[in-house]
Amino acid sequence: MDIHHLVKMANSIGDFFGSEPDKAKGAKGVADHIRNFWDPRMRRQIFAHIDQSSGEGLSDLVLTALRAHRKELSA
Amino acid sequence: MQSITDIDLGTPRRTSEKQITLEIDGVNVTVPEGTSVMRAAAVAGRQVPKLCATDMLEAFGSCRLCLVEIEGRRGYPASCTTPAEAGMKIRTQSPRLADLRRGVMELYISDHPLDCLTCPANGHCELQDMAGAVGLREVRYGYDGENHLDRPKDTSNPYFTFDPSKCIVCSRCVRACDEVQGTLALTIDGRGFASMISPGQMQNFMDSECVSCGACIQACPTATLMEKSVYAYGQPDRVVETTCAYCGVGCSFKAEIKGNQVVRMVPNKNGQANEGHSCVKGRFAFGYTTHPDRILKPMIRKSIEDPWKEVSWNEAVAYVASEFKRVQEKYGRDSVGAVTSSRCTNEETFVMQKLVRAVFNNNNVDTCARVCHSPTGYGLKTTFGTSAGTQEFASVDQADVIMIIGANPTDGHPVFASRMKQRLREGAKLIILDPRAIDLVRTPHIEADYHLQLKPGTNVALINGLAHVIVTEGLANESFALERCDPDEYNAWKAFVSQPKYSPEEVERITGVPAEQIRQAARLYARPGNSAIYYGLGVTEHSQGSTMVIGMANLAMATGNLGREGVGVNPLRGQNNVQGSCDMGSFPHELSGYRHISDSVVRAQFEKEWGVHLDAEPGLRIPNMFDAALDGSFKAMYIQGEDFVQSDPNTQHIERAMRAMECVVVQDLFLTETAKFAHVFLPGSTFLEKDGTFTNAERRIQLVRKVMPPVAGLADWEITCAISNAMGYPMNYNHPSEIMDEIARLTPTFSGVSFEKIDRLGSVQWPCNDKAPEGTPTMHVGGFVRGKGKFVLTEYVATDERTSRKYPLILTTGRILSQYNVGAQTRRTENVVWHDEDVLEIHPHDAEQRGIKDGGTVEVASRAGRVVLHARVTERIQPGVVYTTFHHPDTGTNVVTTDNSDWATNCPEYKVTAVEVTPVSRPSRWQEQHRDFTEQQEDLLEQRLTKS
Repeated sequence: MDIHHLVKMANSIGDFFGSEPDKAKGAKGVADHIRNFWDPRMRRQIFAHIDQSSGEGLSDLVLTALRAHRKELSA
Repeated sequence: MQSITDIDLGTPRRTSEKQITLEIDGVNVTVPEGTSVMRAAAVAGRQVPKLCATDMLEAFGSCRLCLVEIEGRRGYPASCTTPAEAGMKIRTQSPRLADLRRGVMELYISDHPLDCLTCPANGHCELQDMAGAVGLREVRYGYDGENHLDRPKDTSNPYFTFDPSKCIVCSRCVRACDEVQGTLALTIDGRGFASMISPGQMQNFMDSECVSCGACIQACPTATLMEKSVYAYGQPDRVVETTCAYCGVGCSFKAEIKGNQVVRMVPNKNGQANEGHSCVKGRFAFGYTTHPDRILKPMIRKSIEDPWKEVSWNEAVAYVASEFKRVQEKYGRDSVGAVTSSRCTNEETFVMQKLVRAVFNNNNVDTCARVCHSPTGYGLKTTFGTSAGTQEFASVDQADVIMIIGANPTDGHPVFASRMKQRLREGAKLIILDPRAIDLVRTPHIEADYHLQLKPGTNVALINGLAHVIVTEGLANESFALERCDPDEYNAWKAFVSQPKYSPEEVERITGVPAEQIRQAARLYARPGNSAIYYGLGVTEHSQGSTMVIGMANLAMATGNLGREGVGVNPLRGQNNVQGSCDMGSFPHELSGYRHISDSVVRAQFEKEWGVHLDAEPGLRIPNMFDAALDGSFKAMYIQGEDFVQSDPNTQHIERAMRAMECVVVQDLFLTETAKFAHVFLPGSTFLEKDGTFTNAERRIQLVRKVMPPVAGLADWEITCAISNAMGYPMNYNHPSEIMDEIARLTPTFSGVSFEKIDRLGSVQWPCNDKAPEGTPTMHVGGFVRGKGKFVLTEYVATDERTSRKYPLILTTGRILSQYNVGAQTRRTENVVWHDEDVLEIHPHDAEQRGIKDGGTVEVASRAGRVVLHARVTERIQPGVVYTTFHHPDTGTNVVTTDNSDWATNCPEYKVTAVEVTPVSRPSRWQEQHRDFTEQQEDLLEQRLTKS
């Protein structure tokens, strides 16, 4: 899939959970949402993007969330 | 003419805790207080003659035929306007009454054509019936005096005629238009003998404000207002009750049939969603079911450049099975998927998602709710615990304040709009949040108290602004919020919306809505009493669609407007069974009843019932399927009655995805835009050709009953089962009721549902289980389904779709009354007389700046594409915003819309596209290519015909 599109989708999820004052809770919200709604190939691709280009374009919260919860999100 | 099986009790039903007993012709009868003598008599089995009375309308007392005698009272009061009283003694028949009634009938008949044998109402004419009932044997006045028999017939409406020569001026049509429909398009012109029914200002029906709902026809006691289909086919001879297949209101109809020819669709007076009312689509627009464009034989082809080859059902099904197996073997288990149809029945969508999960063994299934109300499912489940609206339609009768957000009920949900208008005429207050002046902003006898005409894309800022006022002015119902919801979350939300950035003044900067209007509207919504929110796709089809749904839920919880009648958060859902298709597990992450696929306990129940192992990972959503098709990981798709090439955003992106797949199977009625990209076409069945259930916007499950056999041979559920069987997984149901039994076994909210119960009760609103054996009209009474209501912070985030010097206007899209969705059905009916093309609404200021004239040809260009259509210059739309519909494929409205989407659900952002509009003289490049492609595909279909 178009990685730019996936990055945009992930960041928009991050925008929503970014209003959570507790950043760890916000990151968990991002991770849970991606775990619950993203098909495994989409998750694999976003992690490949992180591995290959340090997650270029991903917001800080999303990058934090994906790195912190990679194990649960791996498919 | 009412339905041929209707029994008319004369005046409307009254509800009262107090019952009264009176005597009618020596028979005691007990009725609720407020019931008329006429209705009480009918309940007692005594029919009082009547002409101006009908139980769909308030009593009028004009025809003087229903006179009765009341012991101890002088004169002969009209039974329709006389309330029954305890102890009354009524006589409905006496020599004097008979004389009076005959005298009245003589006058009527002296000015009525005596053409009963050739009249379309013959046998079902109330005037004819009454002449018989009163024993009319002669007309002393003769027929030669001044009369109305030469009045010309108005045939302007495509569906019905108005023959004033047959009119008895009973005013039933006028009152139906006023009371039931609320359009007030009809009046009585003139006085005394010169009185006559007048559409508008003595116009013909087509030129008047008439919306062709048909209420007047149903009310007419003669053939004055009559369906043209009755003229054409004659009287129907049998009746089947079924449910409309258009919008999410779910009107119950009596299909009146002769052989297998539907003659009329008459709204069912006992229908619990519509109570005898209908709109132009449900009542009249059924001609598509027999349209010659319908494809009635399965077809296959290797490439979309090839001609179609007609094959037998067995060949087609075997081919589909072999293709899905081949693709999965070559590209992997996850390379195939399906889309269920929100126009098909619950049972059909259930077996479709079962095919995906149990046979394809993945979760790549989705439904068109993805592009409309998926944010509703997410937002209401997050906050309340249930992915559905909170009320039944009748709840609006108790609302004191109605807030309509991003919905246009008179066009999208007209039958519910009529009910809402009744309540507004009774005095309920009205707040409208909409960029566009929808009809309800100002319509006869109704004017919105506040129209917050916000800029598209700023909903969340506005809802936060309303919340700010409520919280900072101490208007919240804190006892409700703190008791029924999580107190910590409530306090966090309260602090969040109290921030200065959500003050009305700051919100005005974002939304364009004056701060004082925001304050006044918030105070009105939060005042004591019942405030109800009704909303539509103007809420959901945004990049923050889910956030806005949550924001509305927050507002309702903060003000205690939940858990009783007259309040709530109510999505006006688009398609007839979009609620049901979601309930049935059509989303890629959920099994039926909205239970996540990762829940091993739930999954185990399905695995046991189905005898298979289920994948625990969520599957692809529709837009993800397109993206995956383009990256080569998604290769085959089974599409049940959806036309996303026309309906979904960024058409060119979808077209590329469709071309990238190796096997596209489309099950539909016509060669739709999507079917033009198909390799297999399976002819589907209309709602008239199958049994099943639809679930409407108020969670009401209603029966769809087979009116005629499937024209192409199989109902849609049978096709899906046949494919499953061919792939080696047996699905052998004898009847859709057996599928519902399986749904009930597997779905806690449906555990008490069965066809037998729905048939017995007329309908059932889920949850229906041991706790609520007859269903649940109002949700969250006494507590939320999720336990404590959840307040969630709703930060406003501006959409990425920004205006610029190149694209300075915002395009927002919607729909209109006479057309439905992509128009595949309604474009194949006479409804095209009202809307034969999509047009662009543009404000006079914007038009003037660009040299655009009303009716001129303009190009709409966005970052995604360009289309050309005609302009309509109107102040209905605000400066800086343009509006159009997407009902016609040649327009290609969605060529312009982008693939921006809701953060939570990927619901497309149809409502905000930055565009520029310029005058042009020729179609866009896409439109020219589309015309060529359509010609090619129609030729290929034609070639199939010559080979058969």
